[in-house]
Amino acid sequence: MTAIIPPPTAAVQSAVSKNRVSGAPNAFVRFLRRPLGVAAAVYLAIACIAWAAPWLLAPGDPQISDFAQVLIGPTAEHPLGTDAVGRDIYTRIIHGTATALAGVVITVGVAALIAIPLGLASTLFRRLGGVVTRVNDLILSIPGIVVLLMVLALTESLNGAMAALGILFAPGLLRVVRGAALAIVEEPYVAAARVFGVGKWKIAFRHVLPRALGPILVNLSIIAANALIIETGLNYLGLGLQPPTPSWGALVADGANAIEQQPWTLIPTGGVVALTVIALVLLGDAIRDVTTESWAAGRNKGARAVRVPRRATPTPTAPTDSSSTVSADVALLSVRNLSVAFPTSSGDEVTVVQSVSFDVPRGESVGLVGESGCGKTITGLGILGLLPAGARITSGQILINGRDITNLSLRDRSQLRGSTIAFISQEPMMALDPLFTVGSQLREAIRVHTKATRKQARERAIDLLARVRINDPERVANSFPHQISGGMAQRVAIAIALAGEPQILIADEPTTALDVTVQKEILELLQTIQKDSGMGLLLISHDWGVVSALCPSSVVMYAGQVVERASIDAILESPRHPYTAGLLAANPHFTAPGERLATIPGSVPAPANWPVSCHFADRCPMVIDACRAGAIPMVQIGADRESRCIRADEVDEDFARGFVS
Amino acid sequence: MIKLIIRRLLISIPLLFVVSVLVFVLQSFIPGDAARQIAGIYASADDVERVRVELGLNLPVWEQYWRWLLGVFQGSLGNSLLDKQAVIGILNQRLPVTLSLVIGSTVVATVVGVVLGVASSRGRAVTARVIDVLSIIGLAVPSFWLGLLLISVFSVQFRLFPAIGYVAIEDSLSGWASSLVLPVTALALAGITAIAKQTREAMLDTLGSDFVRNLRANGIPERSIVFKHALRSSALRIVTISGLLFVGALGGSVVIEQVFGLPGLGSLAVFATTAKDIPVIQGIAVYFTLLVVAANLLTDISYGWINPKVRTS
Repeated sequence: MTAIIPPPTAAVQSAVSKNRVSGAPNAFVRFLRRPLGVAAAVYLAIACIAWAAPWLLAPGDPQISDFAQVLIGPTAEHPLGTDAVGRDIYTRIIHGTATALAGVVITVGVAALIAIPLGLASTLFRRLGGVVTRVNDLILSIPGIVVLLMVLALTESLNGAMAALGILFAPGLLRVVRGAALAIVEEPYVAAARVFGVGKWKIAFRHVLPRALGPILVNLSIIAANALIIETGLNYLGLGLQPPTPSWGALVADGANAIEQQPWTLIPTGGVVALTVIALVLLGDAIRDVTTESWAAGRNKGARAVRVPRRATPTPTAPTDSSSTVSADVALLSVRNLSVAFPTSSGDEVTVVQSVSFDVPRGESVGLVGESGCGKTITGLGILGLLPAGARITSGQILINGRDITNLSLRDRSQLRGSTIAFISQEPMMALDPLFTVGSQLREAIRVHTKATRKQARERAIDLLARVRINDPERVANSFPHQISGGMAQRVAIAIALAGEPQILIADEPTTALDVTVQKEILELLQTIQKDSGMGLLLISHDWGVVSALCPSSVVMYAGQVVERASIDAILESPRHPYTAGLLAANPHFTAPGERLATIPGSVPAPANWPVSCHFADRCPMVIDACRAGAIPMVQIGADRESRCIRADEVDEDFARGFVS
Repeated sequence: MIKLIIRRLLISIPLLFVVSVLVFVLQSFIPGDAARQIAGIYASADDVERVRVELGLNLPVWEQYWRWLLGVFQGSLGNSLLDKQAVIGILNQRLPVTLSLVIGSTVVATVVGVVLGVASSRGRAVTARVIDVLSIIGLAVPSFWLGLLLISVFSVQFRLFPAIGYVAIEDSLSGWASSLVLPVTALALAGITAIAKQTREAMLDTLGSDFVRNLRANGIPERSIVFKHALRSSALRIVTISGLLFVGALGGSVVIEQVFGLPGLGSLAVFATTAKDIPVIQGIAVYFTLLVVAANLLTDISYGWINPKVRTS
């Protein structure tokens, strides 16, 4: 019976996740803005009047029979018709409200009185917690209906049964209270209050309870709904109140008896139950939204700017670099003036990748470098055709072997993945499906890309695992992702990526999440595989050490734009863009011992705030007025070398000192 | 995995114990004299006393319980007060009806709910609203009322299915199925909407996860991503809800069997309650608890079967 309550997690999660930022007017005003909640409140207010003073709404006597009008449908005199002995159904529904609501109040009250104090106490007093959860689990497994019937059999008291129902519902509610309270107790301000010696009960009722109120109220409303349905069920069965006292359940039973003659009687009698339940649930939802909103509003004050701000104006796309001197030969992968835009909540679009161009020649490695938030990963996902929902390529081309793939159908695009372009990601442990063995995932990839039989796929899977230098491939193939280490998981991810013998591999921060020693192994592995197979590698990284180890050439991105493109040697020797220089200076690998490590002041601005002129100007120590005058084009500054800086020639080794603060 | 099953079984023993003790404690602590209740208001004091001795209600509670427990170990749950038949016999005769109804509605709710949930997770945002509204309706419509409406439309109006009664599966498969269509539908609706909502949320969570992006990036077809990988992940949540639905349907069977005149444990429970047939109610309590234990065990086993982390630890 307790299972009728949906598991609390969803309610808690949605309560917590709905942290809309608002101007936080008072709770009542915010409640009034919810038409469904207001309608539910009005409905329940009328129901309360029907409980307290039924004669106000239905002046007639619910017991008066009119044998001349038996089982009639709705008329002016009897708006909801009459029952088998000619009693007015409307009057009986109104007079039955008292029973219905009293039962609900008893159940909800008992459940709340048990669960809320115990739930709060069990989070604050640890020792109590274990006992409470154990007793809780036990009660949750008891078939509640039997207990209810037992109570009814022996006491013949409907209210007693409703109180027992409250006890049976308490454990579910207690879980919700505990879940919500545990999360809040861990928050710094509650911890601080404890350190300052604020009493535990004071913390519970002053700090924890108000915050946990949202999920608690939602669950109370669901308990109320279930209580009403169970109560009407008991009355329907004739186990509750004895006739002729009107109760909603008994009214439905009357309707059931007349089902052949006048099916209409079922509609209003059951309908009032359904409507009341809906009102309870909607009211609970509305109160939950209102209470969580006020907390969210308080919590988000002074929060960091969100990545895509609300009032974002569409950023004008930078002029395409027609002068781009990226090599004209047919490269393996060639990105031309690629722009990607994200939708904003106001319905506009904001450009996050602006006219990016670079090539990955056959059998070569190219590093795509920049801080996080520069558009590196989005560029990679754009090439794969896996942009997040709503994001789209607004202009430009992605050519693979000279063929533009941006116009391909979704189906053709997905055919390329794994067989032409493959991908490995930053978090190897998150990259594998936790529910399938490594071997099964590898075999699936193999069978998608080759016509291998099951047996061939099994053999090839072992070969691939051996190829990524896993010592006991058989054992690893039979392991689940949680049974292997992060480094091992990345090897497996590489093996899966290799399954379709791709021509190009996009590796997004492939070593960032790994231990330093493992990083080196994975980089060596990538290098070997790239050399042996002759595939192209696009390595996305913020780490010059990683890029310089693998890639002869590199592309530096800042705030959605390519700012420098050159061979790695040239860049390491003399960066020609202040951002590149800053990144290099900030890298401990390239700083002499004893020298102070530089930092680039500030952080990458949000895409909506990118200017048309130099994106880096606000953080640049070399900025002059001309930098802010207009869009800065990519300029060729040497053999196969470009920079997006009007002072490219003035950037030199000493320049990096400008970043040392 | 086997360890997990054994552990769950060991936990269920105290549970059975607690439920049976609870039933005894309830009858002794609740105001009112059970013997008087059974003998009737008009019975003489001597008759009440005779009933009391006959039922052993004059003994201390712990002794009553001990006698009952001894009976349980000898395979007896006592005799019905009404017709003196062995409780176990009565219950076993009615068990298949309740199992057909409860398992049927759980399976229907799960299958239909998953199909709707998966379909809506592939659809647009509007489907989320539809599922939200449906789940409130599923919660709001009392199953017995829905049952009556179904009878009114499909039995009285169109005469497609029998309004009441049960046909044993061994007598007629089609008769059995046809006698269950309406009650199963009435009991399953709330479950369908609950499963659909949870499936949708679980599918969306999984489809947005890193490993799904990696599967896509390496060319695994969408069909496999949705039906093999995402659905299996979602199954972890679905299995838990299905277990809860089974327990809920067990409670619901009490009303639904009454509505559709099905001779199962639920309608027996109502009858025994009005007749104050305590041994029968106790027997039903034990049977229901066993069914809950079995459902929980099945849930745990399926959970472990799906989730290697549980299985391998």
